[in-house]
Amino acid sequence: MNSLNFLKSNKQNFYYFLYLGLFFFSISIIDVAINAFLKINITSFLPGMLSIFLPLILGFIGLNFIRTEYSGIKSLDIINKNINTNNFNAILTLLIIFAIIKATPPSLSWMIFDANISGDTKEACTGTGACWTYVKVWFRRFMYGMYPNDLHWRINLAFILVIALGFFGFFLRDNLKKYLALYYVIIYPIIAFLVIYYLISGGAFGLVWVETGAWGGLSLTFIVSFFCLIFCFPLGMVLALGRRSNLPMIRYISIGYIEFWRGVPLITVLFMSSVMFPMFLPEDFFMDKLVRVIIAITLFEGAYCAEVIRGGLQALPRGQYDAAKSLGMGYWKMHIFVILPQALKLVIPGICNTFLALVKDTPLIFVVGLAELAGMLALAKTNPKWLGFAMEGYIFAAIIFWIICYAMSKYSYNLEAKYKTER
Amino acid sequence: MNNKIKKILPQIITVLFVLGIFGFFTFNAQINMDNRGIDFGFGFLTQESSFDVQFSLIEYSGSHSYARAYLVGLLNTLLVSFISIIFCTILGVIFGVARLSSNYLIRNSAAWYVEFFRNIPLLLQIFFWYYAALRALPVPEKAGPWFGVTYMTIKGYYIPSFIWTNLDIFLYSILAVIVSIIIISTYAKKLQENEGKQIPVFFISLGLIFLLPALTFFIGGVSLDFGIPVLKQLSKTSYVFEGGIGLPPELIALVLALSLYTSTFVAECVRAGIQGIGKGQKEAAASVGLTPNQILKLVVMPQALRIIIPPTTNQYLNLTKNSSLAAAIAYPDLVLVFAGTALMQTGKAIEIVSITMLTYLSISLAIAAIMNWYNKKIEIKEK
Repeated sequence: MNSLNFLKSNKQNFYYFLYLGLFFFSISIIDVAINAFLKINITSFLPGMLSIFLPLILGFIGLNFIRTEYSGIKSLDIINKNINTNNFNAILTLLIIFAIIKATPPSLSWMIFDANISGDTKEACTGTGACWTYVKVWFRRFMYGMYPNDLHWRINLAFILVIALGFFGFFLRDNLKKYLALYYVIIYPIIAFLVIYYLISGGAFGLVWVETGAWGGLSLTFIVSFFCLIFCFPLGMVLALGRRSNLPMIRYISIGYIEFWRGVPLITVLFMSSVMFPMFLPEDFFMDKLVRVIIAITLFEGAYCAEVIRGGLQALPRGQYDAAKSLGMGYWKMHIFVILPQALKLVIPGICNTFLALVKDTPLIFVVGLAELAGMLALAKTNPKWLGFAMEGYIFAAIIFWIICYAMSKYSYNLEAKYKTER
Repeated sequence: MNNKIKKILPQIITVLFVLGIFGFFTFNAQINMDNRGIDFGFGFLTQESSFDVQFSLIEYSGSHSYARAYLVGLLNTLLVSFISIIFCTILGVIFGVARLSSNYLIRNSAAWYVEFFRNIPLLLQIFFWYYAALRALPVPEKAGPWFGVTYMTIKGYYIPSFIWTNLDIFLYSILAVIVSIIIISTYAKKLQENEGKQIPVFFISLGLIFLLPALTFFIGGVSLDFGIPVLKQLSKTSYVFEGGIGLPPELIALVLALSLYTSTFVAECVRAGIQGIGKGQKEAAASVGLTPNQILKLVVMPQALRIIIPPTTNQYLNLTKNSSLAAAIAYPDLVLVFAGTALMQTGKAIEIVSITMLTYLSISLAIAAIMNWYNKKIEIKEK
């Protein structure tokens, strides 16, 4: 391909080549754009294959003309350095630009210009594009499941309270900061559990009882992943300490537990919770399906959490253990006051990733019949009044999950970067 | 004395605690099963299963045993995992390398690809492909051919089937090729270590791979025919393809979702592996006079692979475990066939769920054991 470089500019005719190259390049872009937006093929007079490849050839010649080592024009140098370093890169650049131009009009018209959002019934959707009316009508169901409409404020209030309680730790006075770990590991889960239980479930303080079968939608996703996170964290901590213990039986039991749960897929764990677990409980003891699922996911994620925390424990230098021991601290004193506070700070990004995996895993509870977002979508999809809008529903759910997961993964990246520099 | 008690007492308490939990569960299970009139045992495995499976690699019908149904499910799980692993590796390597490209557009497209497919739950992706994307495909009678002989329809993807004669001779020739390549590469290594000579192992192997199997066609009496799918009218409105292999849409949706989702993780592993090789390594290799190809082959790849392979195997393992999501779109994998249909029919919850979990567990542990052995082998030997 290097032999193609014979048509190169030199100092004298540099601008001549630059303008010619830009001209060819813009012609190729304009050709593709007109083809995509106006559906007119301006090169239709050419023989079949040439008409398709003409923009590619023109763009390639154009990029070849404007490629120089150093021109002195800042923007041109940036372009050359980033998208036009050699012939291969130039072709890939053109292909990507063309793909973007080609894909824009159909997706824009499907999602926005030809789409409908007005009205309340299926008949309102007359356009050829997406039917966002469907998402609009079902929005509350997607968010809150079959929870009674006039009681939705209880779910909102519960979430706001739980989040506010979570931030409470940041505003503690300095002399109380040493109890922070205690607060987050033990007190906060209990308070959050009580808040969610009494507000969402009701049955006390004059609130109407809503059975867990009516819970659903995105709020159920949050409830399940939140509970599993706060319960699996202490479990993971105990298991991580157990795995690093020098008492052989405790170590083997912890290793066995961790490796067992990490070796099986979540879906079999959920099957276990729904068909096998009731057999293991005393006869007249009934446990709610949601509770069983939360216990199952907690046991499962506890193993992953343990591995993350073990990573934090291992990252601490040996000197910390030796120093604590030389001060005469016992095992528990050493861990509670010296090791764990440092190790837990190290594992926050890892825990964040575990939580991310947890949120991505919760749609699976659909398999055992709990109607969270994926379950509500399946329900709405088969509703006889709203047949044929599966695509809109899944795209809506995908966007919601994507925003949540992307924000969380970015947050954990930032935390990781922050702690890397602090150490 | 005091110290000894301090060490033994917690262990005894923990063991008793675990045994207590197990004992409590077994006791309850015993009572519950007595009450419902179920007995514990694996005798049901040899009984007639009397249910049908949509898609199976081995011969199976309702008159076969539950054990065979288990095998059908397991093979289907392995099939979908195997295909997805191949695709996710190809995609992962492409996008992992693309993320390191000097081209701004390529780098960012790859980054967005990774961010996009990684942050959507796998179950939603499977649902999207199965219920939304693949439902938009044409019905059999309106499907045009792809590549001339394959047909993508709403009922599945139809590809030509292979009809072999004297397949065993062909397989023997491939075995011979593998053995001779191993011999040649060992010999070449020895030759290089002892005398410093290099022989083009790659081209010799390539030649052998094509030559020997091709020879069997002319001499060994091997021949290959293709069963091309043909459209056939069943009644006035229903058409089917016959003569080829039909891949069900469940399989396609599953392979698409699994390979796109897992490829993002593989891409990150590949990127981390290549970035993990210091620039100094390449410069040092160049300064002792190695050619760029030799640098890649002898210096960069062995080190990058050491970083890439362990996390990538972990991703393959995750993929195999995630393939159990097949149950959500009724692809007959292990979970659907065995922990779904067979469980519903026999009611043997404890036995069937344990077998299913143990199967996945043993796959995981086997791969983990191989991985540990491999890691030990490729470890940098330091003093």
